[in-house]
Amino acid sequence: MASEKNKVIKAVKQVKGGVIVNHHKTTANCEVVRIPTPQTVMLPMQQHIGAPCTPTVQVGDHVDIGQVVGDSDKFVSAPIHASVSGTVKSIQNIKLPTGNMTQAVTIESDGENRYWEGIKRPDIRSKEDFIKAVRASGLVGLGGAGFPSFIKLSFKEEQHIDTLVVNAAECEPYITVDYRECLDNSWDIVSSIDILCSLFEFKNVIIAVEDNKPDVFGVLRDVASAHDINHSNVKLMTLKSKYPQGAEKMIVQSATGRKVPPGKLPADVGCVVMNVGSVAFLSRYLKTGKPLVSRSLTIDGSAIANPMNVRAPIGTNIGELIDFCGGFKEEPCKIILGGPMMGHAIVSTNHPTCKQNNAILAFAKDDTILKPERDCIRCGRCAQVCPINLMPTLITRYTKAKDVAALKAAGVNVCMECGSCSFACPAGKPLVQHMRLAKAMVKEADAK
Amino acid sequence: MISAKAADEKLLTVSASPHVRSATTSRMIMLDVIISLCPALIASVLIFGLRALAVTAVTVASCMLSEYVSRKIMKRSNTLGDLSAIVTGMLLAFNLPSSIPFWMAALGGAIAIVIVKQFFGGIGENFVNPAITARIILLLSFSSAMSSWPVPRQGLMVKAVDAVTGATPLAVISEGSGSLPSLTDMFIGLRGGCLGETCALALIIGGLYLIIRKVISPAIPLSFIGTVAVIMLIAKKGDFTALSYQILSGGLLLGAIFMATDYSTSPISFKGKIIFGIGCGVITCLIRIFGSYPEGVSFSIIIMNILVPHIEKLTTPKPFGTPKKEKKAKEEAKA
Repeated sequence: MASEKNKVIKAVKQVKGGVIVNHHKTTANCEVVRIPTPQTVMLPMQQHIGAPCTPTVQVGDHVDIGQVVGDSDKFVSAPIHASVSGTVKSIQNIKLPTGNMTQAVTIESDGENRYWEGIKRPDIRSKEDFIKAVRASGLVGLGGAGFPSFIKLSFKEEQHIDTLVVNAAECEPYITVDYRECLDNSWDIVSSIDILCSLFEFKNVIIAVEDNKPDVFGVLRDVASAHDINHSNVKLMTLKSKYPQGAEKMIVQSATGRKVPPGKLPADVGCVVMNVGSVAFLSRYLKTGKPLVSRSLTIDGSAIANPMNVRAPIGTNIGELIDFCGGFKEEPCKIILGGPMMGHAIVSTNHPTCKQNNAILAFAKDDTILKPERDCIRCGRCAQVCPINLMPTLITRYTKAKDVAALKAAGVNVCMECGSCSFACPAGKPLVQHMRLAKAMVKEADAK
Repeated sequence: MISAKAADEKLLTVSASPHVRSATTSRMIMLDVIISLCPALIASVLIFGLRALAVTAVTVASCMLSEYVSRKIMKRSNTLGDLSAIVTGMLLAFNLPSSIPFWMAALGGAIAIVIVKQFFGGIGENFVNPAITARIILLLSFSSAMSSWPVPRQGLMVKAVDAVTGATPLAVISEGSGSLPSLTDMFIGLRGGCLGETCALALIIGGLYLIIRKVISPAIPLSFIGTVAVIMLIAKKGDFTALSYQILSGGLLLGAIFMATDYSTSPISFKGKIIFGIGCGVITCLIRIFGSYPEGVSFSIIIMNILVPHIEKLTTPKPFGTPKKEKKAKEEAKA
C-alpha cells in the first residue's frame, strides 16, 4: 500500500443494474463526537443475525463496562457486553424495529464509566486464538446486517479463501460513519489489515470505496507509508457510486469478478468481506481487549436540528441521541433506523440503538411523501435495476396468485431487499414489500 | 426545537423500505412519449394539411372519453392522469389516413380503449397493442376508407389537394405499376400513407428522444428494422435503393419505434426484446414479400404481442451467480 507505484485500481467488473441515488452525505465533514454517558442503556439480546442471547446477569447485579450480560451457546451468535457501568435495573421483553420480540437488559449508569477488571489484551498465538477472541469481543458486521464476524473468519482450509475485501463503499445515502472511520481511524484499519494478513495469509486485500470519497485513499496510503507497512497485496479500489454497490455479493463481484451463487456466501468463492468499521474495531480490540460497547452513528435527515456523527454506548436511547443533536427542528414524520434504502421505520424514538445500527434518520413530512401507487405499466425498470437479475414485476404477480412453485423458480429467495426496484418503479409499487411477502410465503410452504 | 419526547406524542409514519423513490412517474414517461410523437404530428400537418391534426384530435378525444366513461362504469379509479389514453389516441391517428371520416376515427379510439385495453384490466394488462388492434379492426371493417390515401403536398409550400387519392409506395412496389417518390421525398414524408407514418425524419427524431430519455431501449427498433433490412437485402438481391424504399415505406419506422416498444405488449428482458424484434421483422417481410396485402408491420406486431408471454418464459434471466453448468443441466432436463 505504501509504494508509490501502487495506484488506486478500478473495479474488476462493473455491477449490473442498481440505481443512482442522491448521496446526501451532509455529515461527511462532521468528526465523530462522543456523547456524554447516558443515564440508562437498554441492551436487546438480539443484535445480530442468528440465535438470540440469554441474559447472564440478574436484576440488581452490578456490572462494569465490557462485562458480558448476554451470551448464547449456539454457533451463530455473539455475546453482548455492558456498555456502561452500573446496576441491572430490569430484564424485560421488547419489540425490535423488525417486529421481533426479544429480551432486553436495562442498566442504570452509576456515572463512573468503570471498565470491567476482567478486560485484558487478548493473547493471540494462532488463528484459533484469534477467532475465539473475535467471538469474545462481540463483534458483528457493523455495516448493517450484523452477521457475527468470527464466523466469517472461521473458514476452512478447503474453501481456499484468498481475498479479503474491506467494504468501505457506504452506498446508502446520508450515512458517513464508514467514511469518518477511514479518515479518523485510518491507522486502526491499516494495522488490522496487517494483523489479518499475517494470520490468514490472504493473497489479496482490497479496500473498496465508492468514487464519491476519493480522499480516503490518500489518507490510507499516507498512514501506511508513515508506519512502514508495505503489503504489495493490499490494493485500493475505487467503485462507481451506484447503489447497492456495497452489498456483499456486489462488492465481491466488483473486487474480484467472482459471482456468489444463490444461497451461498462470499466464502464459497474464496472471499471474506468485512465492513471497514468492523476492521478498525478489531485493531483497537486487540490492543486493549475492550469489547464492542460503543459505535458511531450518523444522525441526519431533514427534521434533525444539527446533523452529526456521534459515538454512543450500545443501547443508548434513540431519543436521547436526537436530543444530543439539538432535537428536531421540524416535526418528524418518519424516523428510520439505518439508511433510507434498507433501514427500518420505527414507531417511537424510545428505542435502544443496537450494534448493527449505523444511522438514525428523521424526516419532516415533505420528505416522507412517496409517490402514490398506480397500476404497473410493465416498463421493466424494476428488472433493469435489479442487481441480481430478478423480475420483481413477475414476482409480484406470482405473489398475488400465491404460486409458490413459480416464486421459487423466479429465485425470490436470492432477493436481498436492496430496494432498487421500489426506488425505480414509476408506478410507486412497494415491490420490496411484495418480495418479503413472497419470501414468507415460500418459507411457510417449505415448513409444511 | 422539538425534543424527542415531545415528538413521540405524535404518531410517526411507518412503511416498508426503501424510504426514498426516484422522481420518475408513469405520467412523466407517457409525457415523454407524447413529446416524442410531436415532431411526427407537426410533419403530418405540414404534409397532409390541418385535417391530420383534426383526425388526431378526434382519436385523442375519443380515447380519453372512452377511458373515462368505461372506468366509471366499471367502478374503477379515473386513470386519465397517467396520459396513456392520449398516447393511444395519437398512435391510432398516426395509423389512419388523414381523409378518414371522423366518426370512424372516433370509433377506432373507443375500440382501442374499451375493448383492447379496459376489458383486459387497463394499463399494463392489455396483451395486444390497442392502437394497432383498433387500426386492424378498422381496416377490416372499412377497407376502402382505410386504404384511400390523400396525395401529399407537392413540396412544402403548395397546398394539399384533399380530393385526389394516390397509392402508397408499398402498393406501387407490390403492384409494380405507378411512380415512386424520390428517396428524399420518402425521407421527409412527401408520400401517400397513414398520416403519422410518412415522415421518417420526424419519427427518427422522436425515437432518439425516447432512447436518450431512457424511455425505450433501442433493442426492439434496431432488431426489428435490422431484420427487415437483412431479409429485404437478400430478397432484393443486394439492391440498396429497393432496400431503402422498404425501410422508409409503410409503417415500419412508426411501428418499430413507437408501437413494438409498447411496454405492456413487449418483453421486459433484453434477450426477449431482441427475439421480439427479430420476430416482428421476419413476419413483416413474409407479409410484404408473399402476402396479398402490401403492408405487414401491424400484423407482425400484433402476432408477436400474442407470443410475448412465451418469449418472457423462455428468456427470464437466471438469478445472479447461478452456475452456468446448472443452467445447461436445467435446459437439458427441460428438453
